[in-house]
Amino acid sequence: MENELAIVARGLRKAYGENTAVAEVDLEVRRGEVFALLGPNGAGKTTTVEILEGYRRRDAGEVSVLGSDPATPAANWRNRIGIVLQGVGEFDELSVSEVVHHFAGFYADADDPEKVIARVGLAGKSRARTHTLSGGQKRRLDVALGIIGRPELLFLDEPTTGFDPEARREFWQLIRDLAAAGTTIVLTTHYLDEAEALADRVGVIASGRLIEVAAPEHLGNRQQAHATVSWRTPEGLTESAESATPTELVTELAARFGGEVPGLTVTRPTLEDIYLQMIGHR
Amino acid sequence: MTTTLKPATAAREASHQPGPLALALRQGRLELTQFLRSRESVVFTMGFPIIMILIFAAVFDGEIAPGVSFPQYFITGMIAAGLMTVSFQNLGIWIPIERDRGVLKRYRGTPMPKWVYFAGKVIMVVVVGITETALLIAVSVAVFDLQLPGTAAKWLTFGWVSVLGITACTLCGIAISSLARTARSGSAVVTPVALILQFTSGVFFVFTQLPSWMQQVAALFPLKWMCQGLRSVFLPDTFAGQEPGGSYELGRVALVLAAWCVIGLLLCLGTFRWTTRRDG
Repeated sequence: MENELAIVARGLRKAYGENTAVAEVDLEVRRGEVFALLGPNGAGKTTTVEILEGYRRRDAGEVSVLGSDPATPAANWRNRIGIVLQGVGEFDELSVSEVVHHFAGFYADADDPEKVIARVGLAGKSRARTHTLSGGQKRRLDVALGIIGRPELLFLDEPTTGFDPEARREFWQLIRDLAAAGTTIVLTTHYLDEAEALADRVGVIASGRLIEVAAPEHLGNRQQAHATVSWRTPEGLTESAESATPTELVTELAARFGGEVPGLTVTRPTLEDIYLQMIGHR
Repeated sequence: MTTTLKPATAAREASHQPGPLALALRQGRLELTQFLRSRESVVFTMGFPIIMILIFAAVFDGEIAPGVSFPQYFITGMIAAGLMTVSFQNLGIWIPIERDRGVLKRYRGTPMPKWVYFAGKVIMVVVVGITETALLIAVSVAVFDLQLPGTAAKWLTFGWVSVLGITACTLCGIAISSLARTARSGSAVVTPVALILQFTSGVFFVFTQLPSWMQQVAALFPLKWMCQGLRSVFLPDTFAGQEPGGSYELGRVALVLAAWCVIGLLLCLGTFRWTTRRDG
């Protein structure tokens, strides 16, 4: 019976000289979930993920990724994980098809390269040399190389940076398809809407610490947060009040105005408001 | 995006994974394809020794010893320098670029065994080295009537000196690639080393005309011994008396080159970096 957790990290710590990149991270990622690590630049996202990917050594703590310590992984371990790096066009002289076919050869149970190329939306560019691709197309190639081995666990580091809105939507659908097929996904992102759209749970990381882990809709007690009710007074001024019971307040306002309340809005804090508040407090 | 996805499973059969030999050959083919498609490196690597020998043949058209023309002497240096260019300089310049661009990091994230990367480089270097040497010799025979080795024993010597030499230079090239901090600094590290060795090892000058201290310094490095081994192949046995040791010292050639293979291998294993310094 496989462990229910794809990733377990306890007391993860990593410093570069004087600079502590990861101070104390405890993390659990369940099998089959989409987990987003959200945080500002320099918060320790990339260092944390690269320790999990086996690229960096930790200074302290315990880590298990698919049952292996990434620093000393089991023989088959790399066959079971996929990594989407932020490439900068490493194989300029080769075509998309050549690169994907080559990488397929490294895996025990690789997917069909042409299918993968089509799935990331590069079918029309299959024969093109990679140096002719646009930024967004290069990222799609990165994704193709990440999923060519049909990984159980896929890491994506800021996957949609440089995408136009339509490409992002298509990419999100691809992630959802992979998740629906049972792939566990860990992604880091700057984009709150991306975390909200894709993630089952979001971990907010700031100053090398994981300060909260929750479903996007529960982050920072967002559901319990007070709503802000605003309206216009007869004098033309905007007035607002925070309320735990906004419906009651609106009813009261309706009575006061004798029907329609001028300029009425009821808002709850967005994920962005909550997030900025969380990292601002550190 | 309507493709059906095969569910990821924990149980995998490893039957589809290519064997070690197939992995190495695929990697070698990829490296060669990349090399052949970057036109500058092809022209430079293949053309440089040929242009140099043509210049030498045009400048020095006398005899260095009775029956030994200058080109016949300098072809040995050009072959050795050419082998060093395709291995030592090529790798010392390219690997830092690949490291900087994240090629190495990308490979490390796959199940590819580490050695496959080096095997691919070795295959590329050997194929390019053989082609380049064959071209150089063909042009020399056509243009200034180069005398080819006349006995099987000499061809054999040609073979083992080349193999040992290119192996040592390949390993040293991989090792020195870790000294460069960025993509751009690879050639700054490698080019002076290569040039100084070429000037002091008898590639551009008759070795015995160099100051003796310079000969002794050059004798610490492989290039001098590659040149000397190749002189035994292309020059008459009577010329051996003009060597610093009074003979071609083939035993010592083998010993020093083999020693550099070991030193190069140890340096590679001990110092090779898969990521740039800023990657940690």
